Amino acid sequence: MSTTTEQRVSTTPPKKGFTLSMLLYDQRYRSITIQVFFLFLLMLGAAWLIDNTVNNLRAQGKDFSFAFLGNPAGYDISQRPIEYNSQMTHGRAALVGLLNTLILAVMACVLATVLGVIAGVLRLSNNWIVGRLMTVYVEVFRNIPTLLWILIFGAIMTEAMPAPSAFRGDDPASSMLFNDAVAVTNRGVYVPAIMFARDLGTLTIGPVSPSISWILVIFIVAGSIWANKLLINHATRVQNATGVRPKTWWKSILILVGPLALYFFLLGAHLDYPELTGFNFSGGTHLRNSLIAMWLGLGIYTGAFVAENVRSGILAISRGQTEAAFALGLQPGKTMRLIILPQALRVIIPPLISQYLNITKNTSLGLAVGYMDLRSTLGGITINQTGRELEGMMLMMLIYLAISLTISGGMNVYNSRVKLKER
Amino acid sequence: MKKSIFIGAFAATSLVAGVAQAQQTLEAILDRGELNCGVSTGLAGFSAPDANGVWQGFDVAKCRAVAAAILDDPMAVNFVPTTGQTRFSALASGEVDMLARNTTWTFTRDIDLRLTFVGTNYYDGQGFMVPREIGVSSGMELDGATVCIQTGTTTELNLADFFRANGMEYEPVPIETNAEAQQQYLAGACDVYTTDVSGLAATRASFGEPDDHVILPEVISKEPLGPVVRDGDKNWEGIVRWTLFALMAAEELGVTSANVEELAQGTDSPEINRLLGSEGDFGDMLGLDSDWAVRAIAASGNYGEIFAANIGEQTPIGLARGLNAQWTQGGLIYAPPFR
Repeated sequence: MSTTTEQRVSTTPPKKGFTLSMLLYDQRYRSITIQVFFLFLLMLGAAWLIDNTVNNLRAQGKDFSFAFLGNPAGYDISQRPIEYNSQMTHGRAALVGLLNTLILAVMACVLATVLGVIAGVLRLSNNWIVGRLMTVYVEVFRNIPTLLWILIFGAIMTEAMPAPSAFRGDDPASSMLFNDAVAVTNRGVYVPAIMFARDLGTLTIGPVSPSISWILVIFIVAGSIWANKLLINHATRVQNATGVRPKTWWKSILILVGPLALYFFLLGAHLDYPELTGFNFSGGTHLRNSLIAMWLGLGIYTGAFVAENVRSGILAISRGQTEAAFALGLQPGKTMRLIILPQALRVIIPPLISQYLNITKNTSLGLAVGYMDLRSTLGGITINQTGRELEGMMLMMLIYLAISLTISGGMNVYNSRVKLKER
Repeated sequence: MKKSIFIGAFAATSLVAGVAQAQQTLEAILDRGELNCGVSTGLAGFSAPDANGVWQGFDVAKCRAVAAAILDDPMAVNFVPTTGQTRFSALASGEVDMLARNTTWTFTRDIDLRLTFVGTNYYDGQGFMVPREIGVSSGMELDGATVCIQTGTTTELNLADFFRANGMEYEPVPIETNAEAQQQYLAGACDVYTTDVSGLAATRASFGEPDDHVILPEVISKEPLGPVVRDGDKNWEGIVRWTLFALMAAEELGVTSANVEELAQGTDSPEINRLLGSEGDFGDMLGLDSDWAVRAIAASGNYGEIFAANIGEQTPIGLARGLNAQWTQGGLIYAPPFR
């Protein structure tokens, strides 16, 4: 092509008017045309669904209302993190279920993370037996459906453990563990509970009334951890300046344990031991079979997936890093803790988020062992007693969506803190 | 992405909420050649598959009678096992044509859930079963007990009311099906199992040592159990309701599965003639032929025969007729006149 043609093209742009066929054949408009067309189809689909729903509701003579949440629930819930009885509302029952879901999700996430990190690291161990044992754990647990594990743990708890009546009499068939502190029965595990002789009462925040004593415990623990961090930072500064790291371990222990111990002493903390009265044990904290089965089932099952995430994260770190650390004279344990794991976290965190989301969503299997989570209360008994399937299911999906988005949001913040800093 | 989640969620719920019932139920069954009947997941004597996989029981016989009346084949029934939680959704969505599943007739279910109870085929009440060895003789001694309940039933509401009214505490263990409840109860994971007394008797009959368990004397509720259909199909409702009444009236009038063919030829009793179709056109009014009641009764006998064969005193379940005797015998079974 000669330069003169180019000049002519650039100076006199085509002055052709807009025609309809350009919507399809002109690259400038084609993508917009297609998008508008699919948006139209999507809205048509949505309109059909809404119309179908409205018509079907009318055909069944039902309206769309959340008023049922204010009516008395009428049913009892075994595990109640907050005050609840059968005269309270369906909304309150749903809140109890939601709290049970969250309690279980947090417990299972912690167990899965601890097991996963240990198993993931040990699976790479040079010790043949340890490595193979971890392989067996990972392969056995992640290749059997989680519902089966939950049922297996549930069955072990109900079938293999003694009934409370076995603890009765002068020569009981079963006895409590740890100096009469813990009772393992086929109705759950009873452990001692910490009680305060001088309790500080409760706060009232909307529908819940948490104990002031326990809120303060959380603040004291958080404060101690913060103070300990300051101490460690100080030790690092001294080490950088002088080359000698001051001894901090006894100060750390004092800072971490001291304030809490003093607080417990001031409030007259004591242990409330479980005791056999009537049909069941009373006193202490009752960890029900359903909770234990769900916790172990979800935690150990998901731990196998986390172990694989951890292993892949570690293997993603170049072998040179380990060799460099060894060349500096670091021991294998310190190499793992200080060099490998911090770098591996970048690879581990994103898939870990989805494992936490899986755990949270899998808590809805609770119904299988009678765990009263959100699915069993709002999505089960409430829907069944009120006949509000559409409202109940939508509310439940909205709540699970909100929990999941919160978890992934929080984990993304953590991920952006540990990921490779690019400046 | 959020929009697509919302739309997906909406799609799922609206599909669950109901399939458009353009076709009338009777036509749909005739087209299909099969009646879809919702039953329990297994309760001996009421609805449970036998060793050959054929469903048997008191509730099952009701489905078979309806199938015989419509399709002339008592075996043309597709039994859909439902749990306490899934039964109403199954009915509302059109997955089953009728429920014959120990379902209690209550105000909320009738009015708010828009179900139609066609009648009561078993008058029951909620009771408690405990192992004999714990030495409890009354429901008032159950303070602090662990109680197994089937979730999604009226029993869990009655239970909450009973313990609250008597100022007692209990620990509920919610369970999906009768089979799971049985396993939990026998393992000792709960002290007490509560459900309708008939269900307790049926469950106990399937234990290895039925005598080791007692049903406490307290009956804490009224549980009129009966078949249920969807609201809004008057003709179908009539077929199920009057098939039930035909079985009851047959017992009252002395019509049995043995003599029904013979009596159908015509008798001196106008009421029997109207019931069995040799007089009048009751079958036409229901959209069936005139022999509908003959086939329904021939399927597994009249109400009394069905009761005796499945749950009566000669069976392992051993329930007395009690409230469920004919009104002429001092019971509550009372069919309106065929007129």
